[in-house]
Amino acid sequence: MKNDKTIIIDYGVGNHHSIENALKMLGCEFDVSCNKKDIRDGDSYILPGVGAFAEAMDNLNSKDILEVLNKEVLEKKKPILGICLGMQIMADSSEENGHHVGLGWIEGRVVKMDASEEVKIPHVGWNNLIVKKRKPLFDLTKEDAHYYFDHSYRFDCSHENISATCLHGNDIVAAVQKENIFGVQFHPEKSQVSGLKIFRSFFNNIKNMDVLDA
Amino acid sequence: MLKKRIVACLIIKNGIVVQSIGFEKYLPVGRADIALEALNMWGIDEIVLLDIDATREKRVIDLEWISKITGKILTPLTIGGGIKTIEDMRRLIHFGADKVSLNKTAIENPDFIAKASKVFGQQCVVVSMDVKKVNGKYEVFSDSGKTYTGYIAEEYAKVVEGLGAGEIFLNSIDCDGAKNGFDIDLINKISQSVSIPVIACGGAGCPGHFLEVAEKTNASAIAAGNFFHFTEHSPIVVKSYLDERDVELRLDSYANYRNCQYDQDGRIAKRDDKYLYKLRFELIKDEVV
Repeated sequence: MKNDKTIIIDYGVGNHHSIENALKMLGCEFDVSCNKKDIRDGDSYILPGVGAFAEAMDNLNSKDILEVLNKEVLEKKKPILGICLGMQIMADSSEENGHHVGLGWIEGRVVKMDASEEVKIPHVGWNNLIVKKRKPLFDLTKEDAHYYFDHSYRFDCSHENISATCLHGNDIVAAVQKENIFGVQFHPEKSQVSGLKIFRSFFNNIKNMDVLDA
Repeated sequence: MLKKRIVACLIIKNGIVVQSIGFEKYLPVGRADIALEALNMWGIDEIVLLDIDATREKRVIDLEWISKITGKILTPLTIGGGIKTIEDMRRLIHFGADKVSLNKTAIENPDFIAKASKVFGQQCVVVSMDVKKVNGKYEVFSDSGKTYTGYIAEEYAKVVEGLGAGEIFLNSIDCDGAKNGFDIDLINKISQSVSIPVIACGGAGCPGHFLEVAEKTNASAIAAGNFFHFTEHSPIVVKSYLDERDVELRLDSYANYRNCQYDQDGRIAKRDDKYLYKLRFELIKDEVV
């Protein structure tokens, strides 16, 4: 599969400036856009997100790009990487400030994390991962690498879609993948060298997506 | 497992980084972009950037300048300075802030905390509190420590947590710049009254002071401003010191100072000649991404 152009989807709740910086360091070809035509022309996508679930979904709706995204991702199987909230909105629904419907790309719900004396919520800071599937996101990083997390809700999904977890009180889903859809709960654009390696291995591997399927 | 964060706090006054002493005296350090870049390279866990003129001059921290200086930074950033509206926050996050720090706005307009955490999520909202000990009580001050707000520190922490703050940046005015260590009592009082993470700041003078906070309190992050300036690899030195003493943290820079001797001021003593001789023949390969 070719990957000539990556589109960072700008739907108003992202910190895409930081993601742009990271991709520039790697020398990737990318565009930042929420325009239907650009999305149709793109070969792969990054779905950023810092914020609350409801607003993210409202913005995708009001910018009228849900339909085109569904088509490119679900039918044409173009690879997409969701980051933090960008991963969470791939779920069926979320309980953040009420009940909200998500994109429904990966079965599961987004639920509040439980706080306790020892476990402070939000889960903010550097945590290491237990990687379940090395490809396509984790084949360059060291076993004990740390990544930056900043969230108070977690993705609750079935184990076959989980590619990595981390420990904060209980096991927290840190990365998901299903066919051409990938997501990470942490911020690779803020995780220094380890984060850059996540992007690098994502771009390396999606070029050989057919191999990955086999 | 979640690691203890070592946080650098950059105080911006008149557009440059300064060292602050007791919230009264300020010494110039230099350009923010250079400080950011160095700290980023040296594996700091997080950077808090505060423009302390902004509120007084009734403006918001300069966003164009922020976007310019954060271009090479892959470190989590918390930015504060004169933020009053949701739109200010949105633009800051757009330009690379991961979290936004509220100080005076949180005191004057507490409802804004609730509003901000609803729009951006709790994890985006950091409330910064400046605390001074008056007659044995910890009181919260605003306007760079000049005005008493009427809040007792523990109560204020609970109030902002209830409103939806995601983190507390706790600054001790008495300890600021004194290099005599952190106010352990204060850090314990605050971190025990809330269930959100607390970043403790003010008083770091040597790596041992960081260790004291790590051992005696359950603060999630330990911050310092002045301590990190003017010293090569300062975050790595502190982290190596703590790592050797079994504090769980992230130390993945390949320079590290494990097995070093420290003098009483926390500076590294010279390594023995045999070790230095061995280093001459060690090949360290560049990390390729």
